[in-house]
Amino acid sequence: MRIGDFRSSYAHDEALLVTPVQRAWMLAFVLALAAFPWVGGTYLTYLACLTGIHVIAAMGLNLVTGYAGQISLGHAAFMGVGCYTAAWLANHGVPFFIALPLAGTMSALAGLVVGIPSLRIKGLYLAVATLAAQFILSFVFREWEPVTGGVRGVNIEAAQLFGLSLGSDRAMYYVVVVTAGLMLLAARNLFRTRVGRAFIAIRDKDISAEVLGIDLFRTKLLAFALGSFYAGVAGALMGYFFRVITPEHFSLGLSIFYLAAIIVGGMGTLLGTILGAAFMALVPEVLRGAVSLLSGVAPNAMALLSPVREIVFGALIVGFLIFEPHGLIEIWRRVRRFFHLWPFKT
Amino acid sequence: MDWLTFAEFSLIGLFGGGLLSLVALGFVLIYKGTKVINFAMGEFMMLGAYFVYTAHALLKLPLWLSIAAALACIAGVALLVERLVLRPLSGQPVISVLMATIGLGAMIHGGVDAIWSGQNLEMPQIVPRQPLLWGDVLVPGSIFWSFWVAVALIAALTLYFRFTSTGIAMRAAASDPTTAYALGIDVRRTQQLTWIFAGCVGAVAGMIIASINSLSPALSSTALGVLAVIILGGLDSIAGAIIAGLIVGWLEAIAVGYFGGKVRDLVPYAIVLVILMIRPYGLFGTRDIERL
Repeated sequence: MRIGDFRSSYAHDEALLVTPVQRAWMLAFVLALAAFPWVGGTYLTYLACLTGIHVIAAMGLNLVTGYAGQISLGHAAFMGVGCYTAAWLANHGVPFFIALPLAGTMSALAGLVVGIPSLRIKGLYLAVATLAAQFILSFVFREWEPVTGGVRGVNIEAAQLFGLSLGSDRAMYYVVVVTAGLMLLAARNLFRTRVGRAFIAIRDKDISAEVLGIDLFRTKLLAFALGSFYAGVAGALMGYFFRVITPEHFSLGLSIFYLAAIIVGGMGTLLGTILGAAFMALVPEVLRGAVSLLSGVAPNAMALLSPVREIVFGALIVGFLIFEPHGLIEIWRRVRRFFHLWPFKT
Repeated sequence: MDWLTFAEFSLIGLFGGGLLSLVALGFVLIYKGTKVINFAMGEFMMLGAYFVYTAHALLKLPLWLSIAAALACIAGVALLVERLVLRPLSGQPVISVLMATIGLGAMIHGGVDAIWSGQNLEMPQIVPRQPLLWGDVLVPGSIFWSFWVAVALIAALTLYFRFTSTGIAMRAAASDPTTAYALGIDVRRTQQLTWIFAGCVGAVAGMIIASINSLSPALSSTALGVLAVIILGGLDSIAGAIIAGLIVGWLEAIAVGYFGGKVRDLVPYAIVLVILMIRPYGLFGTRDIERL
């Protein structure tokens, strides 16, 4: 049972990690993250990289959709903008640590443009508008061959950072984890500022927020720009990670994947974003393992893998919406509450 | 492009727009009745076509009976979907309901993929293919006749909503559920009926489209392009869906005529963005007025 948790100074009240136990757990988590690629092996490191990239992108979508309440079905397209920007810059000799923020900035600009309709419309209409943006940007990715390489795709050279090559998954892992950590910290602190709280206010009721003196025009566009910035950085990392990028990577399916991730994790929570993105990234891999086990018994089980994945994906979305609408974060909180209050019942 | 080709493309576009109107009608019915955009519409279309294929090609039923059986099955699926997925989520935020229909679509899509595999299948011919020749203008028969199927179906539904008591109850429940409920209309039942009608309308469109092209799970993606039609016509206007279907069909055909097949997918979404910037509630939709 947790007792004696009093906040006696302002510094203590503002701290991100309040109790020593929390700090100890966080330290253990960071150490585990740092040691992971040396323990986990190649395949798990690869998966961890991918999950980290998904976490960054899902965090961006959660800023726009979960916190600011603006539904976006075009998140993958913003990742594409970031990715192709990074690819173009990298192939023109711009170093990695400049290309990464520039890719994010370019995506943010795209987000500003796509966010303009949000000033007049919301809800389902906005969903359709961002869907249109997704398809139009996909069209650009396919047809603007000098920059995007068309359907054949574009190659990106391995990134260099401080003279070290980031060609290996292990090196990329550290870059992804550090980037994700920094962006998570930024997002965490954003919601203690006026801007972050304004996001939440326009989600809850935009007209009321406007009456309270929040500039809707600026706040909505800022939400789109910020969310797209995250997407752009994630896209750029994905580009450096895969090294070959085709328009197929940034399809509507990926946008829906991120929406599913924030719904399964928990909308409007950062921890939920991490849980959801990791969960949704790992479920297909678990399914693949299960199916390959089954193929010992039933030889053509492998052919069923992609339909089964799709069914499970849909069932997860629908199931969470109906039975656990607050997402994995709610399960997490329940477990935590149990231990905090133990030996008393919740 | 000379006038003759222009006329030909225009006619093909207008007649092709009939099917767009039909699918759009499926969207509009559900939106009017339950304030949901059904992103699983494409999967309903696909499922309808697969049921017809199964009944006709595998079970060797006559065509009319297979279509009837397929519609009955779709009605059953729509009923289940409404009861198991949409009703528990009524009153939830827009994004939950939207994502539920997307998740549902993924489930149906995966199921179809697992049962019938992803290959192209040969659909029985539902509408005559014989091309029609008026002077020098040639119109494919499949598109011409599918247009009239769409017209007949839309007319039948319009008459139903106007003259039967169930139809009138459905309109009442759509325009003001609370009052309708107070007046003794079973709103839940009308919502179920709405889903059944919309599912069947979509399934008919799916069968025809599959019999014109070919049957594969890719059929479901055609429904997303129809979003342009309902945005242009107004989400809750049946007349809007019909007129906008013809306009979008015509614009698509003309754009393909001028710029080649690549732009076909682009046209509906460009229309969507323009409409949403200028007139977000569409040509005939009701303007939302919000109170605090």
